[in-house]
Parts: sequence; structure tokens; C-alpha cells
Amino acid sequence: MEEVKVTPRKKRRRFLNAAIISPYYLILFALILIPIVIMVVYSFTKGESRNLFQVSFTLENYISFFQTRDYMYAMQRSIWLALLTTVASLLIGYPLAYFISQTKPRTQGLLILLISAPMWINLVIRTIALKQIIDITIPSILGTNTAMVIGLVNVFLPFMVLPIYTVLLKIDQGLIEAATDLGASRFKAFIKVTLPLSIPGIMSGILMVFLPAATTLVIPKYLGNNVFLIGNLIERVSILSGNIGYGSAIAIVLSIIMMALIFIVRRVDRFKEVEDD
Amino acid sequence: MTRRVLKGSFITFIMILVYAPIVSMILFSFNANKSFTRFGGFSLRWYSELFNHREMMQAVLVTIIVAVVSTIISTIIGTLAAIGLSRQRKVIRNLTLTATNIPIINPEIITAISLFVLFGMLYLPSGYLTIILAHVAFSTPYVIITVYPKVRSLDPNLADAAADLGANPFQTLTKVILPQLRVAIIAGAAIAFTMSFDDFVISYFVTIGSGVSNISTYLYTLKRGMDPKVNALSALIFLVIGLKVTYDYFIGGPRKARREKLRG
Repeated sequence: MEEVKVTPRKKRRRFLNAAIISPYYLILFALILIPIVIMVVYSFTKGESRNLFQVSFTLENYISFFQTRDYMYAMQRSIWLALLTTVASLLIGYPLAYFISQTKPRTQGLLILLISAPMWINLVIRTIALKQIIDITIPSILGTNTAMVIGLVNVFLPFMVLPIYTVLLKIDQGLIEAATDLGASRFKAFIKVTLPLSIPGIMSGILMVFLPAATTLVIPKYLGNNVFLIGNLIERVSILSGNIGYGSAIAIVLSIIMMALIFIVRRVDRFKEVEDD
Repeated sequence: MTRRVLKGSFITFIMILVYAPIVSMILFSFNANKSFTRFGGFSLRWYSELFNHREMMQAVLVTIIVAVVSTIISTIIGTLAAIGLSRQRKVIRNLTLTATNIPIINPEIITAISLFVLFGMLYLPSGYLTIILAHVAFSTPYVIITVYPKVRSLDPNLADAAADLGANPFQTLTKVILPQLRVAIIAGAAIAFTMSFDDFVISYFVTIGSGVSNISTYLYTLKRGMDPKVNALSALIFLVIGLKVTYDYFIGGPRKARREKLRG
């Protein structure tokens, strides 16, 4: 490579550049990265000491979490509910996205707008609305997993429909025509062509539904009669009882599970892409 | 034909399920009695009670103040960062963008507890300062990921041309770069505003016990949980969002499309 001379203008520009990013770096470090580091440190400390320099390392928070049966149950139930929600959203969301993608362009625009409009509405308000309509129609299910899954699907369905719809739109219709011309039935063309090509959309839909569904605070409060899920557990331990070390430890276990999930889903996705090529 | 009818009814059925709670809530906001399950005639009682309820109006005000302030701050900082990043060395740029994705991918409750722990350690009293800092922290990354792709697509020669023609860096920024980013900046600001307006979990963790509540935290901590005034407030919020969405669909969207078409 040729050596580039650093002209005064370039030097000044570099300086200005650093100056305009610096406010963001301040936010990134002070309010995003450092808090996570502090949270990790706290998770290995005992008691309520706020002084980072007086901490003594202990695994007690983690051990206690894994040994408390109620807490493990809350974790399992959260993951189970999120799983049910993801499957139900996929079973409803995929056909919905598929059928929408087959309507006239103007109708598509309107339908996608109708699907995404509720995403602008406050989650607490939507959940209260759900509680009220369940109270009117089938009050007996309030407090059950069924009510919570209905609520979660209602709230997070757009996150499944939108990414699937986006990939479906990008699929070259010529491929499907080619398949049917070569003798595949419409169903077979769908299974062999459309479905595999829409896997990236399905994968991001799964992540976008599972992650918030597993960590929700609001749905269990209103639809689960204050049932104890992992989000509520973190809330109770850290805010209401003030044990931030314990709360941090639970949050870290939760994020490790979530990161593992993201990693697995991305792997599946990448594997699929390679196979398609 | 039957296939089309089937598809149509499936779409309609799901749409009804999605919108039923919202429609029912709007209907019950006009209920003359206090019940959430029986409709006792039309009245505007809950709307007038809502406007006379100091705490609820205060929560609305707090929500708007926090959303406006945090949107302004995060839009400015995020836009400048997006411009700066595009000229940064590749390694630093990629590292920064990866770090920027952390709060976007992270479940909200993790961000919430990390900020709760930070503010606790610094003995920052929870209130307006903590909620605004928190909102700036989670919305700035959204502004960056919205504006940055547009910055990358700009022609760098234009900025150079401006500099060659004697513009100082500030003029180049305000007269050449920012105008080209207008649409992306507005989109980023809209996302930041919505994120802030709708936020519950993070606001809840950073304002607990401070007496400062936005709409979400106020509703969540409401003692009896249910209150018909909530229906009136929600109906008004649905109205605002409905108007915005309709405007985008019939006026803003087509106009934007036309503008973009004209530009080529």
C-alpha cells in the first residue's frame, strides 16, 4: 500500500470526526456497556453493598438461584410459555403472511398496516384491553397458561408476520412457476421452493417473538393473576426486596439462555443458506 | 374461488381477533356505568373524569416530556454518531456497530436491571434524570441503525465538493449532509419517540419509588388495577395512533413515494 500523507485538512477532519461521535461513545460506555459490567460484578457479590471496591467474590447468588425450586419453576414456565407462544405465532403467522403476500399490492399495503399498527400501542394498555375482553368472553381462563399464551400471541404476532412477509415478497415467482411447469403440484412447489426460501424470515420471527415473550412482566400480571414468571422474579428480587446481586445473577442466567438461543437459531439459518446455494 | 374465500376468511378472522380487544376497550370507554363487562348506555363520564384526574394527566404529561426530551437528545447524538462512524476506521466502526446492537437484541429487562444497578451504585436519585438518561440510552442505538445505512449511501464527493468550494465543516454538515439525511433522521426520531412513549420495563426500574411515573408505570402500579378512566385514556391513544397511521397510508406514504419517484 502507498503511504498516505496526513495533510492538515485530513488531520482536522479526523479530529472533527472524533468530536461528533464522542457524545455517543459517552452513552455507549456510561449507559450501555459499563452498566452490564457492573451487573456482572454485582451478580458475584453478596448482600446489598453498593461499593464496587468492597466486593468479595461469591457464587452464592447463582447457587441459591439454581437450588430454589420455585425460581427454577418460574424459569421453566417462562420458557415453556414462550415456546408455546412462538409455535402458535408461527402456525398463525406463516399462513397469514403467505395469504397476505398473495393479495393485490394495494390490499397488501393495507393489511400489513393493520398488522403493524398495534405495535405502536403501549403494551400495558394492550394487555389491559386483553384482560377486559377475556373477562367479558371467557373469564374462567384468566390466570391459566392458555390466557397468557393467547395474550402473548395477540401482542407479538406482528413480530412473526412482518419478517416472514418480507422474505416471501422477495421470492422470485419464476422459481415457483418453474417448479409447477416441471410437474410439481402447487402444494409440492410450496413445500420444496417457497418454504425453504422463507426460512430466514421464520428464524428472525422466532427470535423476535421468543425473546420478549420469555421475559415479559406485564402479561403475567394481568392475564396470569400475578403468576410468577422470570421477569416478575427479577422485579421482585431486585426492586421489591432490594437484593440487586441476586437480581443481576438471575438476569445473567436469563441472558445466557437467550444468547444460546440466538446462537443456535443463527446457526440453523446459516446452515440452511449454505445448503441452498 | 373457494380457495380465495378461505384465505380471505382466515385473514379476516385473525384481524378480528387482533382488533377485538381494542374495539371493545373503545366501546367500554363510553360506558355509563363502572362495569367492564356490561354496557349500561352511552356516556362521556370517563372522559371528563380522566381530564379531571390530576395523577393520570400528570402521567400523560411526564410521558410526553420524557419522550420529547429523550427523542431530541438521542436523535442529535445518534445522527452525529452515524455520520462520524461512516468515516471511522473499519475495525472501530464494526466494533461500535456490534456494541450498538447490544441494547437492541438484549431483552428489555436486562437493560432495565443494568441501569437500575448503575444508578443505584452512583446514588443517583430516581426521577426525571434517570428516566431521561435511560430513554436516551435505549433509543440512541435505534436512531443510529436507522440513519447509518442512509449515511453510507451518500456520495462522499458531495461533502468534498462543498469543502473545496470553501464551506467550513459546520456548513458542510448543515447544508450538504443533513438535508440529504432528512427522511432517515425523521424515521429515526419517530422510532425513538415511540420507543420512549411506550416504554414500560426500563422506566419502571429506573423510576421506582420516585413518584415520577409515565403512563405505563402509572397503570402498572395502579392499586386496584382496573379503572374505567384507563379505557378513556387508551381510546384517546388509539385515536392518535389511528390518525397517524391513516395519514401515513393515505397522504404521507403516497406523497413520499411520489417524491422518491421524482428524485429517481
